[in-house]
Amino acid sequence: MTYAIEAHDLVKTYPGDVKALSGLSFHVQEGTVFGLLGPNGAGKSTTVKILTTLSSADSGSATVAGFDVASQAERVRQSIGVVQQGTTVDREATGRENIHLQGQVYGMRGRDLEARAEELLERFGLADAADRIARGYSGGMERRLHVAMALIHQPSVLFLDEPTTGLDPEVRADMWSEISRLANDQGLTILLTTHYLEEADNLASQLAIVDRGRVVAEGTPEGLKADLRGDALHVELAQADGDGGVTGALAELGGIREVSVDGRTLHARADDGARAVPVVLQALESRGIDVASVRVARPSLDDVYLRYTGRTFDKAEAEAEEKTR
Amino acid sequence: MTLTLRHSWYMTVRHLRALWRQPAWIAVTLIQPIVWLLLYGALFKRVVEIPGFKGGSYIEFLTPGVLVMTAFFGAGWGGMPVIDDLNRGVIDRFLISPVHRVALVAGRIVQGSLGVIVQSVIIVVLALITGAHYRNGVGGVLIMIFLAVLLAAATTAWSYGVALYVRKEETLIALMQFLLLPLTFLSGAFMQLSLVPGWIRGIANYNPLNWAVEAGRSAALKHTDWGFVASRTGFLLALLAVALWFATHAFKSYQRSV
Repeated sequence: MTYAIEAHDLVKTYPGDVKALSGLSFHVQEGTVFGLLGPNGAGKSTTVKILTTLSSADSGSATVAGFDVASQAERVRQSIGVVQQGTTVDREATGRENIHLQGQVYGMRGRDLEARAEELLERFGLADAADRIARGYSGGMERRLHVAMALIHQPSVLFLDEPTTGLDPEVRADMWSEISRLANDQGLTILLTTHYLEEADNLASQLAIVDRGRVVAEGTPEGLKADLRGDALHVELAQADGDGGVTGALAELGGIREVSVDGRTLHARADDGARAVPVVLQALESRGIDVASVRVARPSLDDVYLRYTGRTFDKAEAEAEEKTR
Repeated sequence: MTLTLRHSWYMTVRHLRALWRQPAWIAVTLIQPIVWLLLYGALFKRVVEIPGFKGGSYIEFLTPGVLVMTAFFGAGWGGMPVIDDLNRGVIDRFLISPVHRVALVAGRIVQGSLGVIVQSVIIVVLALITGAHYRNGVGGVLIMIFLAVLLAAATTAWSYGVALYVRKEETLIALMQFLLLPLTFLSGAFMQLSLVPGWIRGIANYNPLNWAVEAGRSAALKHTDWGFVASRTGFLLALLAVALWFATHAFKSYQRSV
């Protein structure tokens, strides 16, 4: 089997003893869309920076398109296209000028370059706006231009770092269909990082969940969800559980697994969610614990995340936000 | 090597195009040297009456000073757009492309140098109109402009490197404010060095701006000392080499921090 990307035990610590990666490993098969899913600050962007040769790991190794990112950086650079977080389009230049410069940088010239640029401008719906200054582009147009630039030299591996962050929901949906179409390109491997569960679920054929600088789970989105067996129960309690009575109440019940309490929310898993609800409610009531609401759901990636990290995705995001503040 | 040259030119075109689209910037760039020359020319007009002042009119004496100062100031701020590029991720995009780091710095240097040449020609012509006499003809004037370009190139590279280290506009502005004017006044740009306090003369000997001013003046005006011109040209070339090394090294430090 050939891997387009192999990361092995990557470790990276930033000045001030900030540990970004603590032994991160994963493999990406050629021609697939691979998602790195995790909250902000989990280490996804650091991973992309190392794999795209911008940054280097303290230890560990990685290859991209068969080349070592540390010792064969030049070869890696020729093989990859990168859409960095935010956007790195030159806003003082037109769309066409941006694409042309990007091609020139990769050694393209003359007719070849012009034809390829034209093709990409057409493909990403920028033909009419091509000669306008990019400062006047909408967020979606700017992002599409960036993707077009990343593809100019026909890379075999495309990195998309948070490709839809900061976009309106409708524009995000457009971007998703754009990415799905890219996935059908012959032989193109895509590494996508995202902190949107939906995005990973929709676009990635393989997924690695990243938490605190390491991969905690890996598989197809369907496989990861199927591993959870059964439905998720989310119970909103009237009061926070202070003395562990909630877990105690459910411990004796059969068929209820993975019970955890997060403030006023109780998470659990049951083979048949609908049948479990009355049983759970009764158990809680018998202990004098009031319930505000109950929700039963098919397993989602959020549940997968909860299972492997012990906290919900939203909570992890909120924590990350706290830290950066 | 040819690829790096080509990349440098692509980067130059990018910067020139961005500036070309700012008419206000072009206007100020063209008018600024005229203001300096006429303002300082009028302000210090009677300097020539000080006993011991050698040379003709003050405008003539001042021309190399204003020419070099204009080049130096423009180049000193060369790091500002670099910070903008850093913040926008444009530098990151180029760092993971096949572009050599030197080409990124060279693009800014060539763009700045073209500006210096245009400004210098304006100053030279204006001074000629107001009575300056270039004793060594076009050759002397070209050497004077070349020295200003060398100083600007080295200064741009320093400013570029500093921008990569500090990464904050405020810090870069403070640093440059701190350096630009003092270095200008610790030189023979406006005043004959034999007439200034000894300690200023001492510092001026080590001031690159003064190398460019004195050597340029010597090459274009009277009392030409070609040995002096050659040695100061050598100093400025060495400074440029060190500055280029510094700027390319600064990329490594930057990449370690991202």
